[in-house]
Amino acid sequence: MNAIEIKNLSKSYPGFELRDINLELPAGSIMGLVGENGAGKTTTLKLIMNAISRDSGSVKVLGVDNQAKEFNAVKEDIGVVLDEAYFPEVLTPKHVGKVMKNTYRNWDDTCYYNFLERFKLPETKAFKDFSRGMKMKLAIAVAMSHRPKLLILDEATSGLDPIVRDEILDIFNDFTRDETHSVLLSSHIVSDLEKICDYIAFIHNGRLLFCEEKDKLLEEYAIVRMSKDDFEKLPKEAVKGKKVNKYGVEALVLKSAVSRMFNTEYTTLEDIILFLAKGDRKQ
Amino acid sequence: MDIILSNVSDRPIYEQIYNQIKNAIISGELKEGDMLPSIRALAKDLRISVITTKRAYDELERDGYIYTVAGKGCYVAKKNMELIREEYLKRIEEHIREIQRLAKVCDLSRDDIFEMFSIIQKEE
Repeated sequence: MNAIEIKNLSKSYPGFELRDINLELPAGSIMGLVGENGAGKTTTLKLIMNAISRDSGSVKVLGVDNQAKEFNAVKEDIGVVLDEAYFPEVLTPKHVGKVMKNTYRNWDDTCYYNFLERFKLPETKAFKDFSRGMKMKLAIAVAMSHRPKLLILDEATSGLDPIVRDEILDIFNDFTRDETHSVLLSSHIVSDLEKICDYIAFIHNGRLLFCEEKDKLLEEYAIVRMSKDDFEKLPKEAVKGKKVNKYGVEALVLKSAVSRMFNTEYTTLEDIILFLAKGDRKQ
Repeated sequence: MDIILSNVSDRPIYEQIYNQIKNAIISGELKEGDMLPSIRALAKDLRISVITTKRAYDELERDGYIYTVAGKGCYVAKKNMELIREEYLKRIEEHIREIQRLAKVCDLSRDDIFEMFSIIQKEE
């Protein structure tokens, strides 16, 4: 089963267009959504939750069309964390727990308080006095505590220190030990996504450039550093991006299309994305 | 059983898992009928993709090292001595190639190598 199924999704605003997004998130897996600022990540996530209405295409979440009436019930099974956490300023985590208990049918108080303890969040401190990191942690605690099947996170790890980020990634990793649980998260921090994702979707200028298995990407692409003369010998279709400087060329290539003569190096997800995004810009 | 993965290795992750489980089976660390960790548990413990882990298990099963019982899990298959012999022969060949390469660098003749071999054999 697919946790999320998007077909030919489009949405246009003056000056921005999200076009023909096709994406499938199989249940039990983690997908990372990457792209520049303004590429359309948040718009995609909002369209998935039907927080803004689409122009065309279809979106199914946990098997239900998100514009159908039944979607309201499905929302109980989705935990959402946006890039800014908003709770009324004067509420303390204790208050928030009470409100949520009356909001979600599946609310799990024990789970919530465990998270508060794990994140070292003071139960009786007002929300307005929280740091950015604490606000994010509270939002994540709330999202995890109503027993969701799907987590949708928009930049949930930005603004947090590396240790906390790693801890949160661990929580997502453990969350998907259950094969009916899935996660879709967007992030600028590509190394975070590289750590835990099964799939990577790359949105660029409102289009989906690829949606691939992460390990496959890392296997398919490689970096080659060489002289300009050698670069000319590379088959054109193998080159997916290049950086030229005075002394040589650095290129992102498809490993399978390059002869063994060239010394291919292991590439990171970050390299792949940078090369592809920049290559596109020059054209 | 230890599984050590390297991100900067030339070999893809699934192949690294494949090789390490295979070696554990050949060396006898994993015995016939031993249950392997579930694909999902192994993936989450190693913090790698489930798809990649599945690929490693699929290849192990294809090559006859493990078998799957639907709904239960994966188990180490009966050792196929032929298969293991083949594997060892392949390894010996690899070592011989390496000897050849090094011998060329040091300018050693065939006889020199044979002599070295018999000296080492006598020592044992």
